[in-house]
Amino acid sequence: MDVQRLVKMANDIASFFEAEPDTSKGARGAADHLKNFWDPRMRRQLLSYLDEQGGAGLKSIVLEALRQHRLEIAGQQPPDR
Amino acid sequence: MRTQTPRLADLRRGIMELYISDHPLDCLTCPANGHCELQDMAGAVGLREVRYGYDGANHLEVPKDESNPYFTFDPSKCIVCSRCVRACAEVQGTFALTIDGRGFASKVSPGQRESFMDSECVSCGACVQACPTATLMENSVYQMGQPDRAVVTTCAYCGVGCSFKAEVKGDQVVRMVPNKDGHANHGHSCVKGRFAFGYTTHPDRILKPMLRKSIDEPWKEVSWNDAIGYVAGEFKRIQAGHGSDSIGAITSSRCTNEETFLVQKLVRAAFGNNNVDTCARVCHSPTGYGLKTTLGTSAGTQAFDSVEKAGVIVVIGASPTDGHPVFASRMKRRLREGAKLIVVDPRAIDLVRTPPGIEAACHLQLQPGTNVALINSLAHVVVTEGLANEAFALERCEPADYQKWKAFVSQQTYAPEQVEQVTGVPAAQIRQAARLYATGGNAAIYYGLGVTEHSQGSTMVIGMANLAMVTGNLGREGVGVNPLRGQNNVQGACDMGSFPHELSGYRHISDAGVRGLFEKEWNVTLNPEPGLRIPNMFDAALDGSFKAIYIQGEDFAQSDPNTQHVESALRAMECVVVQDLFLNETAKFAHVFLPGSTFLEKDGTFTNAERRIQRVRKVMPPMAGLADWEITMAIANAMGYSMHYDHPSEIMDEIARLTPTLRGVSFEKLDRLGSIQWPCNDNAPEGTPTMHVGQFVRGKGKFTMTEYVATEERTSRKYPLILTTGRILSQYNVGAQTRRTGNVAWHQEDVLEIHAHDAEQRGIADDAKVSVASRAGNVVLTARISDRIQPGVVYTTFHHPVSGTNVITTDNSDWATNCPEYKVTAVEVSPVARHSEWQRQHRDFTARQQALLKERETIEA
Repeated sequence: MDVQRLVKMANDIASFFEAEPDTSKGARGAADHLKNFWDPRMRRQLLSYLDEQGGAGLKSIVLEALRQHRLEIAGQQPPDR
Repeated sequence: MRTQTPRLADLRRGIMELYISDHPLDCLTCPANGHCELQDMAGAVGLREVRYGYDGANHLEVPKDESNPYFTFDPSKCIVCSRCVRACAEVQGTFALTIDGRGFASKVSPGQRESFMDSECVSCGACVQACPTATLMENSVYQMGQPDRAVVTTCAYCGVGCSFKAEVKGDQVVRMVPNKDGHANHGHSCVKGRFAFGYTTHPDRILKPMLRKSIDEPWKEVSWNDAIGYVAGEFKRIQAGHGSDSIGAITSSRCTNEETFLVQKLVRAAFGNNNVDTCARVCHSPTGYGLKTTLGTSAGTQAFDSVEKAGVIVVIGASPTDGHPVFASRMKRRLREGAKLIVVDPRAIDLVRTPPGIEAACHLQLQPGTNVALINSLAHVVVTEGLANEAFALERCEPADYQKWKAFVSQQTYAPEQVEQVTGVPAAQIRQAARLYATGGNAAIYYGLGVTEHSQGSTMVIGMANLAMVTGNLGREGVGVNPLRGQNNVQGACDMGSFPHELSGYRHISDAGVRGLFEKEWNVTLNPEPGLRIPNMFDAALDGSFKAIYIQGEDFAQSDPNTQHVESALRAMECVVVQDLFLNETAKFAHVFLPGSTFLEKDGTFTNAERRIQRVRKVMPPMAGLADWEITMAIANAMGYSMHYDHPSEIMDEIARLTPTLRGVSFEKLDRLGSIQWPCNDNAPEGTPTMHVGQFVRGKGKFTMTEYVATEERTSRKYPLILTTGRILSQYNVGAQTRRTGNVAWHQEDVLEIHAHDAEQRGIADDAKVSVASRAGNVVLTARISDRIQPGVVYTTFHHPVSGTNVITTDNSDWATNCPEYKVTAVEVSPVARHSEWQRQHRDFTARQQALLKERETIEA
């Protein structure tokens, strides 16, 4: 998919969780949201964008979410249980 | 006291004699023959002669009023009983009828001696139903004669879910009469459900399956077997070549619960992925997210009847008199009894001022896109002025979140004086509205797509739930947070697990325990990851990873934003399967057309906006041979996944087995009780009219912070106006149904409402053709100068495909659910002489597709 659309969607999610004063909680919220509502192919593409292009244009809370909760977002760790 | 004496009988006969002396004696050829109260009474009192003769002054020659497309007013048969006047005033609340004149000159007058069409009449049919004679009579009864049987069923238009008696002769519906025992509508109706059912037998309906290899080829009619075989073959071929995630489906909010459930089952069990979504994506998906986050479940909190106990009614981003007219009548009745009204809307909807007796205490006429700032400011006033219901909030909600939220909304940023700069609503009005909401007794919020269809749609839903929690306005009658759902079964479609991330009853697909239940029942292994949502499907189609789609009754080429993006996505797919009544806009891009069935042609259930499950009953056999659930079942079987149901009741039984909130629901119980509001289970065997009594579904309510983030869709020098969209009474959604009925008499085209100031600056006159251009595209509409909107804002509807309203809407969307931001588009409006390029292309493409339909290779039935 057009990665810039994914960047915009991820940043929109970040805008909501930025209200949380504790940024690690905010990043947790954003990561959960990605994991719960995004198709895995979208999540994987966002992760490769982070790896290959440094995630340019992504808000810091998204960057933190992707880095801190990478395995879950990649679907390599079971989403619940 | 005696009611039957010879003297009384004489008096009654005398009065009847007077009536009949001025009444046509054409009983045998009268449409009410045999069903006329006047005729019955003449018989009952034993009238045998009219001593006065018939030659004196009379009303027999008064001409009929045939201006309304659905009913005829024949004043020669009127006995001036005033029932119609009372029905209009007391049931509908429109006051379009009155008795004009005195004594012998008394007559029923629509408006001020106008015709029905020229008056304020909204054609709800209440007067026709109340009329004891043939004075007000359905034209269909004039044409077809009286029905011979009646079947109780549920309207397939809006989310009010009116119960109707379909009165039938053979297989033909003569008329739809609102059911007095209907739990949602209590015997009332609107112009759509009551009269606009002609689409069900319209000649445009396609009654044979059709195929074509490419959208530039003519269609070819084929047998059901060939069509289903082709679909299954293509789906399997594409999955083999592009992976199992390369196909998906859309469930229809117009179909029954049983039918939507089967489509999502087809996707999860037979396709082996979770690429299923529903049109709620583009309307109320933020309701699901917001109410689930705060209260614990994705549904409105009240029954419609609850409005009768409300002291303050808040209407946000909705126009009930247009979108949900039957509920609006209830609301108007309550307002006339003295409840206070707060309207939050960029446009002056009818409710803002409807004489007699309805005038909003506050109309917060905000700039489109600033809802969240406003709701935070209302909460700011409640918290900082000490109007919070602390006892409720502390006892019923998570205390730590409550404290954090209080600090958040108390920030100076959300003081009305600051928010005034953003929303354009004077601070004093915000304070007044907040005080009224918090202190006016029971306060109930009703909202529509003006809340959800924003980049912060979900945030706004959360904001409203926060406000209701902090004032204790939840968990009893008269209060609550109530989405006015758009389509007849959008609540049901969501309940059935139509979203890619959740199974029926709003349980996340990643929950292994829940998945296990389904895996056992369905005998498959389910994919634990969420699938693609509608807009993601379009994006994935354009990058080549999504190749085929099965669309059950949905027209996103017209209804979804940024039409040109949607059209390119559809063109990029290899197999687009549309199951619908008509060759709709999406079907013009389809390779397979499967003819669907209307609500009159099948059994099932719909769930309305108050979570009320009601029966849909078959009135006639499916015109194309199969009901929609049978088509889905055939596709599953052809793909090698076995599905077998003999009747939709068996599907409901499966739904009940798998869904705790619906465990107690069955067709048998629905037939017995008439309707059931979920949750319905061992704790509430007859259903639950009011939710969150005593405790929230999620346990403790969760206050959630809602930072206002301005949408990226901003006005600029090039696009200085904000376009917002809405609906009108006589048309429904994309208009596929209502455009094929007499309702076009009220609304032949979508018009652009523009304020006189903006119009004058641009040299635009009333009725002029204007171009409306946004960053996404441009279309041409007819302008109407209007004082319902403020300078800087323009407004239109989206009922007609040629308007191409969605050519100009952008692909901005709600952060949480991707619900499109229909309600805010920066545009410029300028006078023009001809249609836009898109509209010309659309006209040519439509003509070409109609030709390909006409040229189709046909087969015998």
